[in-house]
Amino acid sequence: MYAYDEIDRTLVNERVAEFRDQVKRRLSGELTEDEFKMLRLQNGVYLQLHAYMYRVAIPYGTLASNQLRQLAHVARRYDRGYGHFTTRQNIQFNWIKLAELPDAMADLAEVGIQSMQTSGNNLRNVTADQWAGVAPGEIEDPRIWSEIMRQFTTLHPEFSFLPRKFKIAITASEHDRAAIKIHDVGLKLKKNEAGETGFEVLVGGGLGRTPFIAKTVKEFVAGRDILSYIEAILRVYNQYGRRDNIYKARIKILVHELGVEKFAAEVEEEWQQIRDGELKLDEEVVEDIRSRFFYPPYEKLPHMPDELKQASADPQFEAWRRNSVFPHKAQGYAIVTISLKPVGAPPGDCSAEQMDALADIADKYSFGEIRVGHEQNLALPHVARRDLPAVWKALDQIGLAIPNVNLVSDIIACPGLDYCSLANARSIPIAQELTRRFASHDTANLIGRLHINISGCINACGHHHVGHIGILGVEKNGEEFYQITIGGRADEGAVLGTLIGPSVPYGEVADVVEDIVEAYLALRARPDELFIETVQRLGVEPFRERVYATR
Amino acid sequence: MPLVKGGQITGDAFAHIADDAELPEQAGILVSATRFLADPEGLLGRPGGKVGVIWPNSRDVDDLVPYLDRLAVVALVFPSFRDGRAYTQARLLRERYAYRGELRATGQVLRDQFVFMLRAGFDAFEVKKQSDAEAFADTVKRYSVFYQPTGDGRITALHRRMQLRHSESAGL
Repeated sequence: MYAYDEIDRTLVNERVAEFRDQVKRRLSGELTEDEFKMLRLQNGVYLQLHAYMYRVAIPYGTLASNQLRQLAHVARRYDRGYGHFTTRQNIQFNWIKLAELPDAMADLAEVGIQSMQTSGNNLRNVTADQWAGVAPGEIEDPRIWSEIMRQFTTLHPEFSFLPRKFKIAITASEHDRAAIKIHDVGLKLKKNEAGETGFEVLVGGGLGRTPFIAKTVKEFVAGRDILSYIEAILRVYNQYGRRDNIYKARIKILVHELGVEKFAAEVEEEWQQIRDGELKLDEEVVEDIRSRFFYPPYEKLPHMPDELKQASADPQFEAWRRNSVFPHKAQGYAIVTISLKPVGAPPGDCSAEQMDALADIADKYSFGEIRVGHEQNLALPHVARRDLPAVWKALDQIGLAIPNVNLVSDIIACPGLDYCSLANARSIPIAQELTRRFASHDTANLIGRLHINISGCINACGHHHVGHIGILGVEKNGEEFYQITIGGRADEGAVLGTLIGPSVPYGEVADVVEDIVEAYLALRARPDELFIETVQRLGVEPFRERVYATR
Repeated sequence: MPLVKGGQITGDAFAHIADDAELPEQAGILVSATRFLADPEGLLGRPGGKVGVIWPNSRDVDDLVPYLDRLAVVALVFPSFRDGRAYTQARLLRERYAYRGELRATGQVLRDQFVFMLRAGFDAFEVKKQSDAEAFADTVKRYSVFYQPTGDGRITALHRRMQLRHSESAGL
């Protein structure tokens, strides 16, 4: 955990006061909606189909239990008793009233949570591996750098009105859980030959109408230089990014149009002029940020305690443990992923009661810490393995011991036409139907790791391009149709999925997905060949033949 | 459109001159980049008064560098407050090219961007609305914490923490 100090708190309080004044001026008519729109967006407030939607940042996906309780409070007091975790370590409230927003914001500020720049054409919430600081084999905790980046990006005086939104993600592990290759800037922590910590810098990833996988612009930027290097990237983008067409305004288009070499050269030229300036990070400054992260005092505990041995006789516990429990850097501890994908429910939703109970569970079993991942699931990052049976029971009592992490029903979906004013089609009911089709745990286990991602429009908030199976809602003559791709992935081997055939109407989507899964089961070389590996080995054609033969 | 300078609403000593208009005899003038670049030496050598240029946000400020020490005003343009290119131009003029004359924000200049503009180096504002101009002094006090270093010299949060830490360890 990073603890806000008086300086951070002051800034957030000043922001709340400013927003309160802006809302007052809007309600009095002093500000036009056009003028107010950007101000509210800069504070995470969207106008959706039915109401204002409020998006709150959870920087690098780290939450303290008291913060989660405060999110529960906001859900209850200002919303309809639940929140929705997104694919970028944010939480959204869907039914907030404009006049009450400043109060909700002030309540969150009390616990060091805010919503600055969770929308608008600015530097968005900096995301990171949700297992940061606890994953085995990590270079170092990427949250230190994420926090430095959070401060650097907050209310940046030069880059608050960029051509378009700008998203930065950081990882420090070989296996990329932060999807850095589909971000505007992806940072991969590494050490150079001299043992210095730095970053491989990737630029120009992104989904939406024109998807691109990010390209490396510099193999190694030392940690002390990372802010000046990012500033150079942003300066090039702010000046030369396209502003004539909203669909061509992301940095990925600039990188594509200039070519990555030319873009990298522009950045290099700018960077050489500023790299020795004020943005250079002294080791002392980095250490100061590091010192304000809390690391739990782990005990020396056995890997296979008696409690765990006994519980393993229970097949339901075992089913959950196999899919939800992951290795931890400290012996005797585990990372527990909590699926927010129960059968028949919208992916990522969490009720206020569940949030409160999770905060209690975290206090009791995870040093008061909760993590939020881009798969719209949560995690308890420091659970002693002896406590796993107790954690499972406690989660089960609130309906969150769902044994489907990384399985076919662990679906990523955007809010879609049920909430969103941009959507062409519904996402949530498709996800709900699929979780019903694959409700059998044995079947899901037989299928193995399989990520389904659903977006209700081309803006791709559900990351459909990089789903193993991707589903994109489109509108055709006033009806909801869905394009289906296979073979995408968002990790270190990120690749865009390939269209498997013509789009299908709403009522047929679940059938097609079932057929794809059946084709996979027939085509896979061996039981442990994952879906994504089979597609990689065989290509799309054999799937197309089987799925579309009778359509 | 009220002009705010030195934190106060003030009269404008510079007249906006259209590209085809005659130059006034004794007055400060603000001309377009096109007119300025057509005859920079002629304009700068003019005996009647000081010269400023309105520089579009689509043109590199590098082209202005040879004239900066003789320009009284550089006015940068916000065609819409959503178009933030002039923030970069402002910082480059102040921090890289050490421009010390008046740096004026023009276009859709609104209250809620004053702090960003000050931080980027602007010191004069052609404010769109009278009420925003009147609120200038209060608005710029909204923030006391700044995370990023810019040429405005305000201390950043990172450095303030270091100072606090050092004063603590020195027993102060």
